[in-house]
Amino acid sequence: MKKAINIVVALIIVAGLFSCNNGGTSNKNQGALSSSAAEKVYVAPGELDEFYAFVSGGFSGQLAVYGLPSGRLFKVIPVFSVDAEKAWGFNEETKPMLNTSHGFIPWDDSHHPDISQTNGELDGRWVFINGNNTPRIAKIDLTTFETTEIIEIPNSAGNHSSSYVTDNTEYVIAGTRFSIPIPQRDISIKEYKGNFKGTLSFIKVDPEDGKMNIKFQLLMPGFDYDKAHPGRGKSHGWFFFTTYNTEEANTLLEVNASQNDKDFIAAINWKKIEEYVNNGGGKMMPTNYAHNVYDDATHSATSTMIKEVLMVDPAEVPGAVYFLPTPKSPHGCDVDPSGEYIVASGKLSANVTVHSFTKMLDAIENKKFAGEAYGIPILNFEDVLAGVVEQPGLGPLHTEFDGKGNAYTTFFISSEVVKWKLGTWEVIDRKNTYYSVGHLMIPGGNSQKPYGKYLLAMNKITKDRYLPTGPEVTQSAQLYDITGEKMELLLDFPTVGEPHYAAGIPAEIIMKNSKKLYKLEENKHKYATITDGDARVERDGKEVHIYMTMIRSHFNPDNIEGVKVGDKVYFHVTNLEQDYDVPHGVAMIGAQTSELLIMPGQTETFVWYPKQVGVWPFYCTDFCSALHQEMQGYIRVSPASSNIELSWGLGED
Amino acid sequence: MKNVIKLSLLVIFSLSLSSCGGDAKKEKKEKVKITTKKKEVKKVKTEKKEKTYDLSNKGIGPIKSITLSADIDQAMATKGAEVYKAKCTACHKVEKKFIGPSPKGIFKKRSPEWIMNMILNPDEMVKKDPIAKALLMEYNGSPMANQNLTEEEARSVLEYFRTL
Repeated sequence: MKKAINIVVALIIVAGLFSCNNGGTSNKNQGALSSSAAEKVYVAPGELDEFYAFVSGGFSGQLAVYGLPSGRLFKVIPVFSVDAEKAWGFNEETKPMLNTSHGFIPWDDSHHPDISQTNGELDGRWVFINGNNTPRIAKIDLTTFETTEIIEIPNSAGNHSSSYVTDNTEYVIAGTRFSIPIPQRDISIKEYKGNFKGTLSFIKVDPEDGKMNIKFQLLMPGFDYDKAHPGRGKSHGWFFFTTYNTEEANTLLEVNASQNDKDFIAAINWKKIEEYVNNGGGKMMPTNYAHNVYDDATHSATSTMIKEVLMVDPAEVPGAVYFLPTPKSPHGCDVDPSGEYIVASGKLSANVTVHSFTKMLDAIENKKFAGEAYGIPILNFEDVLAGVVEQPGLGPLHTEFDGKGNAYTTFFISSEVVKWKLGTWEVIDRKNTYYSVGHLMIPGGNSQKPYGKYLLAMNKITKDRYLPTGPEVTQSAQLYDITGEKMELLLDFPTVGEPHYAAGIPAEIIMKNSKKLYKLEENKHKYATITDGDARVERDGKEVHIYMTMIRSHFNPDNIEGVKVGDKVYFHVTNLEQDYDVPHGVAMIGAQTSELLIMPGQTETFVWYPKQVGVWPFYCTDFCSALHQEMQGYIRVSPASSNIELSWGLGED
Repeated sequence: MKNVIKLSLLVIFSLSLSSCGGDAKKEKKEKVKITTKKKEVKKVKTEKKEKTYDLSNKGIGPIKSITLSADIDQAMATKGAEVYKAKCTACHKVEKKFIGPSPKGIFKKRSPEWIMNMILNPDEMVKKDPIAKALLMEYNGSPMANQNLTEEEARSVLEYFRTL
């Protein structure tokens, strides 16, 4: 049997090869009937993918960039975790990016990337992503594919209902998962109920440069806030959060947070609160959080500690916050492209619940309340319900949309993706995933304009799908074609870390803006060496500053003498190349840090503590040219008592 | 079978190693031991080359034709000197051969169009242009870096070269 399969596979491969050789016709020209799954994902050598997929690394703390439909990995963008390959968190320039109120934190759990939008459509300027563990929101600039800003979220814990953007990227949202004493204080955990609170943070994004600042925090009851999405189109101006643990349990949540038949979706009229705040509403509360900004001109980050935050009590803004009863410990909270439907995936419920925005407004207007919780009105379930997808699978988790009236929901427990119709709530198709799918992604699938061609399902478990690699096996993504009535599984591909959540976008929106190099004349790094003639070494007490340049294929200077044991030696290295795709690296023997990987026109710094007398080499770590192996240099280290003067050179006899 | 493959790989590997090592050693020897002789040899070579310099070769790139005025444009040359200092001196020194050749006296050897195309389009030049190809070999495979000068900047550098 196995042999037979092998033969079939071989035939398919051969067939694929032949078809490619037929004048090199691309897949697009072939009829749907004649194209196999292999052809649909095959991006021929030299051709480019149609979409970027930004897939969070979960516990890796990073953000990986793949091409779709090929599933090829292009880059792992370091965000919340140090990355020796790119010197992220190792060089002097990026260390401040990982500063927090708890000090330097080398890791986090990165969850929900979301691409910036204009008029409810992807604009491809930035990706925002949340760090769960030490609550932070990061912004990645899509001209450089680098993290350029990280803001810590105070009064938050398990920053999970984050980081979703509104129709015009007015706000990016960070909701707490765990409620905590606010402000933090020394009380018994048993006093949870009523004393613990959850905050929902509204981070204003500057429309010009994307700079983030926390405009206000909303002080909510002590539930867990799980997922969120902004209103779209007609519901623009609102934000929706799923909650669980409305029981306010503080122990054995597995049981105690699953008691209530219904939890809530919190509907927040953020425009109303914004108006309240703009008119002087809210109370400044002392706190402490880090705001870290990377400057493209200085190639350096700064970390600023901010000491206060504006706190808003929803009870003081009538008509701003409502609770929509929703079964049962809902996870996904997804708004369809029209903004009318709010889809809640009650993970312990047999059904998928869909609320109607119009009916919600009606109920609010007619003040049809079922009660209140901590002063927040609760609407009647029946009054806001648009419909129910009956028993589509087990463990509904997350829904996105194709822009053609269909919704796609993942089911964690039954390992499947289910396609269903908005409005009629009928199930159209279901396909297995392998296995235990979490989130899914359709490029633009949470915006007003989805690109409904592919669906990416992200799996927690792969078991037998890949060659075994010991107890830890790869997690994976699976690509489905969703252009037809029925979905078609096209491809499995392994992912970095846990592929927790993703955002996708047509490549053409981003690639035209992609930066190719840093212009030397715009380099404002404090320790840059812009002209080769300025390469030098300076001593300031025990500090030695090497102003070094690199170009194919030498360092200037490459011979340095007069360094002593006990010195603190700074390598400030500038890559003088002004050509695309010519980075250089540099590494020093015994330096207790990573290499530097320096892009054309960029300056980076590492510190080396010479501890042993001798002559010690450094070299280029990125294969840069035919003479890469010649790109090396020496530093002579003399005893601390030596009086050898500093000297340096390149090419001198 | 595996052994055979390993063996042949080894042979190939050692061949390539010895060929690289051999070249490097030869050069070093020349440099260290027979400096005076080497200079003599060089002189002969340059004389020969001077006779055969192809000034009609305009190179490959955006510059098709340039007319140099009789007088040097001093303002342009000053700007060119700045650009040269910022973008070129990591590899080119006026007074000596460095990573690449000195620009001094370059107009005796190359057409102005060739010089500008070499600055503006080095990747294609070292692949296709016969002079550029020969230079790449002469300079140990050290490639002319594309420093992404604008045409205007390259033109000012050209004007600066006229002052040398």
